[in-house]
Amino acid sequence: MKPHVLVLLGTLLGLRPVVAADRVEFARDVLPILSANCFPCHGPDEHDRQAGLRLDGPQHIAQARNSGVPVVPGKPEQSLIWQRVVTQDPDTVMPPPSSNKVLKPAQIELVRRWIAEGGEWQRHWAFEPLRRPPGTLDDQVLEGLARLAPSGGLRLRPRARPETLVRRLSLDLIGLPPSLEEVEAFSANPSEQAWAELVERLLARPQFGEHWARMWLDLARHADTKGYEKDLGRTVWPWRDWVVRALNADLSLEEFTERQLAGDLRDNPALDDLVATAFHRNTMANDEGGTDDEEFRVAAVKDRVDTTVQVWMGLTMGCSKCHSHKYDPISQADYYRFYAIFNQTEDADRFDDNPRLELPTPEQQQRRDEMQRQLGLRQRDLNEARRRQEDLELQGQGPWKPLVAKQVRSEGEAVLTVGDDRAIAVSGPKPDRDVYLIEATLPAGRHTALRLQALPIQQPDGQPGLGRNPADPNFVLSELHLDLVVDGAARRQPWGDSKADFSQPGWPVAAAIDGDLKTGWAVSPRSRESHVAQFELQTPLVLDSETPVRITLSQQYGGSLVLARFRLWTSDVAWGELTLPSPSPDVERAQQSVAQVQQQLQQLAGEIPQLPVLKELAPDRRRVTRIHNRGNFLDLGDEVQPAILAGFGPVPPVERPTRADVARWLVNDQNPLTPRVWANRIWARLHGTGLVETEEDFGALGAWPVNGSLLDWLAAEYRDRGWSLKRLLRTIVLSEAYRQESESTESLQQLDPQNRWLSRGARYRLSAEAVRDQALAVAGLLSLKQGGPPVMPPQPAGLWRSTYNGRSWIDAEGEDRYRRGLYTYQKRTTPYPSFLMFDGGSGEVCQIRRLRTNTPLQALVTLNDPVYLEAAGGLAKRALTSPGTLEQRLRNAVRLAVLRPVSADEVAPLVQLYQRALARFEASPGEGEALVTAARLQPGDTSATEAAAWIVVSSAILNLDEFLTRN
Amino acid sequence: MFCHTPNRPSNDLSSTSPWGHLVSANRRQFLARGGFSLGAVALQQLLAGDARGEGGPTTAASRDAIPMLPARAKRVIYLHMAGSPSQLDLFDYKPDLDRLHLQDAPAAFLEGKRFAFIKGVPKVLAPQFRFARQGESGQWMSELWPHLSRVVDKLCLIRTVHTDQFNHAPAQLFVHTGSPRLGNASLGAWATYGLGSENQNLPGFVVLLSGGKTPDGGKSLWGSGFLPSVYQGVQCRTAGDPVLYLGNPGGIDRGLRREMLDTLARMNEAEFERSRDPETLTRISQYELAYRMQLAVPEVMNLAQEPEHILRLYGAQPGFVSPAESADDPRVLYKGDDPTFANNCLLARRLIENGVRFVQLYDWGWDHHGSSPGESIDETLPIKCQQIDRAISGLLMDLEQRGLLDDTLVIWGGEFGRTPMLQNNVRAEFKKGFVGRDHHPFAYTMWLAGGGIREGLAFGQTDEFGYYPVENPVSIRDLQATVLHQLGLDPHRFHYKYQGLDQRLIGPTDEGRVLREILA
Repeated sequence: MKPHVLVLLGTLLGLRPVVAADRVEFARDVLPILSANCFPCHGPDEHDRQAGLRLDGPQHIAQARNSGVPVVPGKPEQSLIWQRVVTQDPDTVMPPPSSNKVLKPAQIELVRRWIAEGGEWQRHWAFEPLRRPPGTLDDQVLEGLARLAPSGGLRLRPRARPETLVRRLSLDLIGLPPSLEEVEAFSANPSEQAWAELVERLLARPQFGEHWARMWLDLARHADTKGYEKDLGRTVWPWRDWVVRALNADLSLEEFTERQLAGDLRDNPALDDLVATAFHRNTMANDEGGTDDEEFRVAAVKDRVDTTVQVWMGLTMGCSKCHSHKYDPISQADYYRFYAIFNQTEDADRFDDNPRLELPTPEQQQRRDEMQRQLGLRQRDLNEARRRQEDLELQGQGPWKPLVAKQVRSEGEAVLTVGDDRAIAVSGPKPDRDVYLIEATLPAGRHTALRLQALPIQQPDGQPGLGRNPADPNFVLSELHLDLVVDGAARRQPWGDSKADFSQPGWPVAAAIDGDLKTGWAVSPRSRESHVAQFELQTPLVLDSETPVRITLSQQYGGSLVLARFRLWTSDVAWGELTLPSPSPDVERAQQSVAQVQQQLQQLAGEIPQLPVLKELAPDRRRVTRIHNRGNFLDLGDEVQPAILAGFGPVPPVERPTRADVARWLVNDQNPLTPRVWANRIWARLHGTGLVETEEDFGALGAWPVNGSLLDWLAAEYRDRGWSLKRLLRTIVLSEAYRQESESTESLQQLDPQNRWLSRGARYRLSAEAVRDQALAVAGLLSLKQGGPPVMPPQPAGLWRSTYNGRSWIDAEGEDRYRRGLYTYQKRTTPYPSFLMFDGGSGEVCQIRRLRTNTPLQALVTLNDPVYLEAAGGLAKRALTSPGTLEQRLRNAVRLAVLRPVSADEVAPLVQLYQRALARFEASPGEGEALVTAARLQPGDTSATEAAAWIVVSSAILNLDEFLTRN
Repeated sequence: MFCHTPNRPSNDLSSTSPWGHLVSANRRQFLARGGFSLGAVALQQLLAGDARGEGGPTTAASRDAIPMLPARAKRVIYLHMAGSPSQLDLFDYKPDLDRLHLQDAPAAFLEGKRFAFIKGVPKVLAPQFRFARQGESGQWMSELWPHLSRVVDKLCLIRTVHTDQFNHAPAQLFVHTGSPRLGNASLGAWATYGLGSENQNLPGFVVLLSGGKTPDGGKSLWGSGFLPSVYQGVQCRTAGDPVLYLGNPGGIDRGLRREMLDTLARMNEAEFERSRDPETLTRISQYELAYRMQLAVPEVMNLAQEPEHILRLYGAQPGFVSPAESADDPRVLYKGDDPTFANNCLLARRLIENGVRFVQLYDWGWDHHGSSPGESIDETLPIKCQQIDRAISGLLMDLEQRGLLDDTLVIWGGEFGRTPMLQNNVRAEFKKGFVGRDHHPFAYTMWLAGGGIREGLAFGQTDEFGYYPVENPVSIRDLQATVLHQLGLDPHRFHYKYQGLDQRLIGPTDEGRVLREILA
């Protein structure tokens, strides 16, 4: 075997070169070959498995078959695998020609060498238990550099200059540049202690949470709209603000995870616990006409499963939706068992995004409390007025006579009592559903109709209400029966017509006599005032003598939506003449007064933010989960029970795992993936690239880690020190490796072109939001206001028009024009364009990392976008007011941006630019004024011409490579 | 060529790159005067831009990286009808459907199938328009193609294209990026990566939209995925700045912008001397390209420069801004004489004439389920065809008369086809304005023209209902392989190393086959 072939292959696989002297490492060198070429037919997918042969485990490759043993250690030529890959026989060669897979000679050689060297099986590296390598972070980096350059000689680079370090640290920890004062203070005394103190100050800044929230928002596929075709707005910002608070409070990953995945399942969840669950309500919802809500509900649940596993454990679940995973140990049944855990929330792609959590501000809450108090008073007045009117009726003045109940009882063991006023009051046990049975006698004569009067009681909150559930004092009369009892036998009387003074939409009074227990009569939202329903007997009863009757009120909706107090009446008047009781003038007045407050309340409700949240279905409403054959939700296979994925650390021993169990399993000290994935992610945010480049895939087909030992060190550090983001960041930024200068050399450029081994300080272009925030900050324009609804800074006209969506983008004025990028309104189908051009995402699906690009469109943004023009105006204003010669002022202006001392030589080109710009604007003052206006600069004492020239140089400064870069 | 650029660098290495080149004259001069050596390997990296091979004469050194074949096409114009037109009412004539019209669909159509909207047993739907044989090749063409029928002998119709995706976004992504999921590189990005652009002042890959809406697959359809982002498609708009933020702010003219960029370049070069970070050099050249684009893009986008007879040939109207562009629901505004697509066809010609490698048009509004008259086969399809019929035939004739058709590959099609059955949704009945067909991935029609493809050919045959291919099925991967092959890029060997894998447009397996039968 020629070594250079292996070198080439190693490079192909993104690995460090394998030289001939090295042992073949199975997990790194051979497993990917087997995964890609053999496992599709001889792997975990039982459906596609050929010849009953598995090759995806040590027990499988050692198992003898008729044709031989797949792997005979040390003896390639006796091993079935080897024989079949090298044979010339097209009928038996592997992979078969029909698979269109061909093993390259170098791959075949690796397989041969692996068997020859003993054929030892290893698990994929990332699934192996995590152990902490010895030493410090710097030791790990140094060992990596020794591996990178085995001949030695690579050491850590010297520390970057103090000014650079302060800017680096500030951009990394809070996403904003430091103030000049912070830079000067540290430069004057760049001691260890000063550095440590600076780190603490920055970690404690409220802007820390804002900066790190951006990473989490990408992962959480956060957006301010629902996505798909209509892409309507949605209130998500209270959750975004929770994320900022949680990060600032340095919530451990355990807590951060549990609250977001299952905050609603905690004992007595706090409001914030419920807010956190909006994390998984960031899934898209489709309001397009003709779509199947179930299809998009299922899509949202699958998104939750996929996002959960990918974000925490770096595994892709996409494959397993349709078939068992070909490479990673997740079968299709595993997938749907895991899915079953998430398949039990109430949300169902509804237009209103329910269930939602109301989040009134204190002021709104106060207004609402006051309105509700008013409403209670007015309703009491109304009920009083009604009662006065009823009293007259009870005295027999009218077509209705109160029914005299002889015996009353509840099937649900509630206590029914008949009062002097003939009203029947319900008390005692409060069943979920109930049936009231009223025995009475009807006098001889004619009977045409029955009337039910629902009467309010005083609820625990002091307000009136008709039902027995104080949270929702509504009732649902599922079915009403009237039986004549003749000789002990009940003869049911058919109903004719029916009417009511009010029916809840979808719950008409006729539904109480339609023979269907699933429908009924209900009265929300007017469940705090009395109501009347009248039912016609299909044939009037003409009784010769007093006759016993039984009236049944069946109330089957559940949730104790049952009557709390009611009265029954009968009449002898013809149905056609039985109008509903017309309100007395008193009642009418009181009704109007109630309606007025109700309207105010409704208006207020529209103003109160309503956050979509997770809510577990009641046990009796749980969904049955079946496997979706080939991922098709309409093609259902076997039923599965909820279960957590096996094979990644201990699974909680519960019979029916919930989302809370998932949270505990994900962030468990023995889960091998979560700490690695998170440590890699945090490292990547500081250094531009992860040690595993494929932050999104830690499975068998993901990239092999650069310096895996360093990764394990970081992962163990994170896990073992309380899963604390701030602690891990502190450890990293206090290391020498972090503080190296970023200047490269020719040899470093060759050895470590992308600086994956941290052979120098990291240098990379800032993120979309940081580019903008930084420009606004050095311009003195940035608003540090935190939280609240998203804002709309300027963007080009006409962009924001999603089909069928009337909302428009209105450029903000005042403070909201200059808020941090985190607060910019994020519309999924039309992301903020300048962020998109700087590699920001759309929030449609979970974005694990942003690729970093360098394009002319970015140049156009920072040169021409009004945001950057106004920033140039701001910087110009700061520079204009500084003292000194032109050269001194220009040096100061550059310094305001790049935060380091600037020499006279450096600004020579700017002096020239300033003079040429000045000459041009002096020649055409109108142009200068136009620029000053566009940049929103108030020149004060300075002439517009001079101000315009300052805007030109400021714009150039804001486009410096050094300014756009973190170094 | 009319696209003049002042200040054009004398000559450089840029003649074949997508964005001019990662290396501009500016950088070369700088490297020369910068007074230090990066070393051969690093320099090579800079010049080649991430190991990208070159087709041009000056940088043959890394040509091995891109497996080149003799090219039959130099550029591509891809016309995508987003939503997917009904092949059964346009190209694939099935008189047997007339016989079965409104009868229950045969069980064989339905077993084990999933549809986006169809539920229960649907009815067969006859072709809704008349067909006649056209041209010397005698192709069956729908009456909705009066103009295209006259150039039918230029087309190679493929009636047996099949896909494995049946929802819009994934199917569109599959056609354009080779994967139904987000994150892969689009065909245009691959072509630009492989071949570069012949104009250093324009993006190598331009996207134009019509129909009032972005296709469901979104901007990822023209993304560069794992390829360097310089290869992503640049959307040019017909209203406002043709490219976002292209125009200088009021008060800054081109001369002053030049001064600014010269200043910036000097200061950034100084920064490079400190940092030795190649990204700094790239940034310098990207600013230069931005500057050149500021002039070249408005110029090439200005249709008013075209003579009247050419405008008439396409049915184009310079300066037209469709009301559909700002409507909440563009479908209610569809009119047969809306020239937006025609304007885009003419722009496509101007762009490729100026060396743009790949022009991608998306026309939205072809998803004719029949749920309303604005999305029906009987009422909307004729309007949509009227919008594109003259424009496409004009484009083909214009390319031919300029001698461009020989080496320009024109592609037309949707992301899948439509069912031979009436969509049996809420309005199950056959009713005017509500005639629709559901998504059909198993067989549909696309056509190719120019670029070394055989003319006047009908390739592949479907069964008597147009349900499945019975002869010469063509997969999306076959089409992709064929397009790359015509561009001189070996579809099986042309790859990009990413995540330790050799990423290819045609995917990891070797399903894709060059359709040699349709090559001229």
